[in-house]
Amino acid sequence: MTKQRLRNIKESIIRTFFFTNGLLAIIVLLGIFVLLLSSAVPAFREIKIKEFLTSITWDPTSPVKAEYGILSMIVSTLLVTIGAVLIAFPIGLGVAAYLSDVAHWRVREIVKPVVEILAGIPSVVIGFLGILLVGPALAKVFGKTNGLNALNGAILLAVMALPTIISISEDSLNAVPPAYSEASLALGGSRWQTLVRVKIPAALSGIIAAFMLGMGRAIGETMTVLMVTGNARSFPHGLLDSVRTMTSNIAIELGEVPYYTTHYYALFAIGLVLFIMTFGVNLVADVVLNKYQEREQ
Amino acid sequence: MFYAKFKKWIALAELALALVFTPILIAQTKKMIQVKGSDTMVNLVQILAEEYMTKNPKSAPLAVLGGGSGTGITALINGTCDIADHSRDFSAKEFNQAWERGVKPRVFAIAVDGLSIIVNEKNPLNQMTMDQVGAIYRGDVKNWRAVGGPAMPISLYGRQSNSGTYTFLQEHVLKNKNYSTDVKEMNGNAQIVEGVMADAAAIGYVGVGYVIDKATGKPMKGLKVLTISKDEKSPAASPMDKDAVDTGKYPIARALWQSTNGKPSAETAAFLQFELGPEGQKIVEREGFYPIGAKYIEANMKNLK
Repeated sequence: MTKQRLRNIKESIIRTFFFTNGLLAIIVLLGIFVLLLSSAVPAFREIKIKEFLTSITWDPTSPVKAEYGILSMIVSTLLVTIGAVLIAFPIGLGVAAYLSDVAHWRVREIVKPVVEILAGIPSVVIGFLGILLVGPALAKVFGKTNGLNALNGAILLAVMALPTIISISEDSLNAVPPAYSEASLALGGSRWQTLVRVKIPAALSGIIAAFMLGMGRAIGETMTVLMVTGNARSFPHGLLDSVRTMTSNIAIELGEVPYYTTHYYALFAIGLVLFIMTFGVNLVADVVLNKYQEREQ
Repeated sequence: MFYAKFKKWIALAELALALVFTPILIAQTKKMIQVKGSDTMVNLVQILAEEYMTKNPKSAPLAVLGGGSGTGITALINGTCDIADHSRDFSAKEFNQAWERGVKPRVFAIAVDGLSIIVNEKNPLNQMTMDQVGAIYRGDVKNWRAVGGPAMPISLYGRQSNSGTYTFLQEHVLKNKNYSTDVKEMNGNAQIVEGVMADAAAIGYVGVGYVIDKATGKPMKGLKVLTISKDEKSPAASPMDKDAVDTGKYPIARALWQSTNGKPSAETAAFLQFELGPEGQKIVEREGFYPIGAKYIEANMKNLK
């Protein structure tokens, strides 16, 4: 074989290898979706979809009447997630802006690794902190008798989402061409005006991506919320109520449910709803990013 | 060319893998006895297993896991454990499922538990009737004032639906009605104890073994154990009173069970004999539970044959 033919064969093998890997990612995602769908559909032979999505009581083992309503859990998940993002986003963006624009390089050398270490703390340990520190503190501040509520979960999830939000936002801010900031400063803008009106809008697509990734982490977090939100099945009336998220519920019940019963399929249906929610969040993020990039061009 | 360069390292890696896997393979030759189920019983059974293995080093190793009575029974039916721990009886549905899968459960009572209703030590109440406890956990009564306590909303702590204790309380005290949806469903007895200790308006239910401080023999600091009476006219009894639990004066006492699929194997039977014998029952008492009475001993012996 000629040297040229050998090279061509090698190239096409490598190309196929990369293509297969890319295909694998899509296959895994589709596979998960198909598995969830096929395990969730049998649930709806016995449960009406309307009751599933709009009823507020989840009590599959009730001796009176088994109920499969997940509205309370959907609202609980949203409460905890949105609370977490509301807390983490200003702090995260602030730290990112500080690290990229204001901090002395020595401060940056220390703060950036510390933030990355924060990302490595196991969720169980953070849950522990929630029970021992945040819970009693919340109880004292709000005059309640215990701190096992949605706010506790939101604070802890914010702590867990912060490293992602900070890292990606800071990288986006640093990626803004220096020419933009230099032009703004040269035209007489202050450093604050440069940051807020030039740098952040220029880095907005990356910041939104950071926001979405942080939110995705918060929606799917199980262990921490399981430990600190109290797991009460009631419909939440505020951040200070004890709540049960969809992730906690699956973790609590999937270990004991007898296989192939309606209860079992219903848990997969909850997983499907969670999957669709996360997928929706990412889809919206993509659309926003595309629109913004189009406008820029 | 690649192989020649790293021949030394590849040989070392193969040796390391062999050294790691050989003892694991040797250990696998003795099959483990898997025990799964009740969280109420998990600490007790772990200690029983440890002492059994210390006294019988040649026996098959025992692995004890929690997960709740429901988990244990499900595991027995699915064939993923040898012994199921449960603090409640099999339900009719579970019996049917077991028979459908060809599993014929044999049940052994290994201890007796006085299910304890605990409140924070700051709570001025000392006793309640079973009806009052039921009304509180059903959500019919929402404020301590209604049962003679301070004017505070009741903060409910309980177990999750996989727990035998949850089911037992629902059957015997809530009279098979639904729990209030405001119950904070904790992951186990220990979490309920922690929650009640930190919350002045709390009420919770745990096995008596979790209430007693092993060092002093009294209830743990921060907790108060309520005495319970069957109704308004009967005298109230405490779950820490051995006589009251034995004679039925304490209305929410129950047996703690272990089940096997059919006649237990030789290794499993040996462990069961240890638990049901004098050594095992002494450990049961040491852990804060109560030893089984004559009636249970007879039934156990029949099932071992």
